[in-house]
Amino acid sequence: MELVYALGIGILAGSGVWLLLRPRSFQVLMGLMLLSYATNLFIFGMGRLAQHAPPILDAAAAASDSVDPMRYADPVPQALVLTAIVIGFATTALFLVVLLALRGQTGTDHVDGREPEE
Amino acid sequence: MNALLRHIVVLPVLLPLLAGTLMFFVAEARRSLRISIALASVLAQLAAGAALLYLTSDAAPWIWPEGVGVYPVGGWPAPFGIVLVVDRLAAVMVTLTGIVSLSALVYSATRWDRPGQPFHSLLQFLTMGLNGAFLTGDLFNLFVFFEVLLAASYGLMLRGGGTERIRLGLHYVAVNLTGSVLFLVGVALIYGMTGTLNMADLAGRAAMLDPHERGLFDAGAAVLGIAFLIKAGSWPLNFWLPGTYSIAIAPVGALFAMMTKVGLYAILRLGTILEEYETLGAALFFIGLASLATGAIGMLGAKHLARLVGYSVLVSTGILLSALGLRIEALTAPILFYLVVSAITTCLFFLLTGMTDRTRQADPALFASDDEEPAPVYAAYGIKAPSVEGGDGDVGVAIPAVMAFLGMVFACCALLVTGLPPLPGFLAKFSLLATALAATPAGAAPKEVWLLAVAVLGSGLAGLIALSRVGMRLFWSVAARQTPRLRLLEAAPVGMLVLLAGGLALFAGPVNTYLDAAARSLHRPDAYLHAVLSLETRREAPAEPAP
Repeated sequence: MELVYALGIGILAGSGVWLLLRPRSFQVLMGLMLLSYATNLFIFGMGRLAQHAPPILDAAAAASDSVDPMRYADPVPQALVLTAIVIGFATTALFLVVLLALRGQTGTDHVDGREPEE
Repeated sequence: MNALLRHIVVLPVLLPLLAGTLMFFVAEARRSLRISIALASVLAQLAAGAALLYLTSDAAPWIWPEGVGVYPVGGWPAPFGIVLVVDRLAAVMVTLTGIVSLSALVYSATRWDRPGQPFHSLLQFLTMGLNGAFLTGDLFNLFVFFEVLLAASYGLMLRGGGTERIRLGLHYVAVNLTGSVLFLVGVALIYGMTGTLNMADLAGRAAMLDPHERGLFDAGAAVLGIAFLIKAGSWPLNFWLPGTYSIAIAPVGALFAMMTKVGLYAILRLGTILEEYETLGAALFFIGLASLATGAIGMLGAKHLARLVGYSVLVSTGILLSALGLRIEALTAPILFYLVVSAITTCLFFLLTGMTDRTRQADPALFASDDEEPAPVYAAYGIKAPSVEGGDGDVGVAIPAVMAFLGMVFACCALLVTGLPPLPGFLAKFSLLATALAATPAGAAPKEVWLLAVAVLGSGLAGLIALSRVGMRLFWSVAARQTPRLRLLEAAPVGMLVLLAGGLALFAGPVNTYLDAAARSLHRPDAYLHAVLSLETRREAPAEPAP
């Protein structure tokens, strides 16, 4: 699972960086989105990958004296990812607004607002 | 009383949030009400900042004996809950934010805040983000506050519209979104290695890491450092900065003066807490020198005053970074003094550009396109721009002898930027270099110190040449000049900042004593760590149920 996960992050981030460096504003937008997906997965992975492990103690476990943390997933990265998704979504929407405004103003989707001279 | 005073820590974050939100419920046409709310909030923040300055100093040992105040926001003890922490440096930065935002607000009340976007709300959110970033004791909250201030700054930067602004705005947003991604990666790596995000807790855990884990931790810290360097505008990640800052309308540019300082503050704060200087120091020195050179060359080449000011931001960032990179402990207090002075200088200078821009009749369309026409953003979407009473914003009394006043302010700015006496720019650079030279025999290689001295003085000379050339063209050329009408409300914040700069020179002694204490507590983070982490016991003692 780790290998697939790591490859997924790597492919997302690599495609994101490539798109980010493209001259068309929509490509830049897609690049930023892919990069933020890769980052979100990365944050999640930093809490260690675990299957069938709840992030919250159940009542029985909390009552007993010995709690084995290995049987639980780390809830903090999950909370961080939620926050990061919300913030990333909002700022990407903002970028989209600026993108459309530039497009409307200049009539081209080049990030510099004009087509490069051939 | 003490219990109430502790809540002052949260005010600089809470007040602008409330004021900014409240203004959404006030109709755009009720301008005076919006301005009153904004002014009340900013004044209260300034008062809170001043109170924090006093409470963290030695003059008031009865509330926070070690000068570090901790505020558990959710009521949970430190490593688990989120804390706000105020120490002397944070108090200085919050007060500085208050001063800058007050100037920008009063200045904008004349005509810059005309409808289009919720200017006053955005200004409040920007100050909220700034204050929060200065006060937070938690790495992830630092990210959140960075995003708050950046989101507000995107809106502010686009104010006034125009193709050029939107084009540079697009670049600005893209650069900063990429920076945020890096920030998150750094935070995630650090969390993955240490299992904590609390800065004070991090310090202890980082020291206990195994050598093989330490590598990944350092990588995380370095990625985080790059994110901060983007915000600070350091070479080679700063090519967006001069264009963006100079195209933003004047009061927004003044506010942005604080934004580069946030990056520097974060480097200073985390660098001292995590003791990462040894690994990052040498790199910082050369990065700083390169930013300094970029800024100086840009200043020489700039034709327009606003662009010149944009490049002067790079120069001050460069000086601060390269001085930090020398890793001389005694240098921190002069660095802080220079940081304060340069924040005020940049703010003053950007406000001035807003007034001198009106002296020339035929500007290139690039810079003149701003606020006379309705925001073209509306045109792009085919929406009619909202109208408001007193649309042309002729608010306030026009003052006489405008050119003389502007010339005086320009001279003050030039003295501040280039570091000539009698204004505090000179004191800041002098104490920086004098301290660095005095510390050489025992400390770092003298070669680096001499390099810094040459670079600082050289950039001062370059700034002097560039400024006198632009100044002559602005104020002494007879052709095509139009004496602008200047409003009292615009002149007041500018005059206040000049007086403040003069005050900093006059009272450099007490200010430096305070900053010395701030620098000492930065380099001895024990008090900081202790105050944050001992919160647990302090909180639980009264909570113990007595059966």
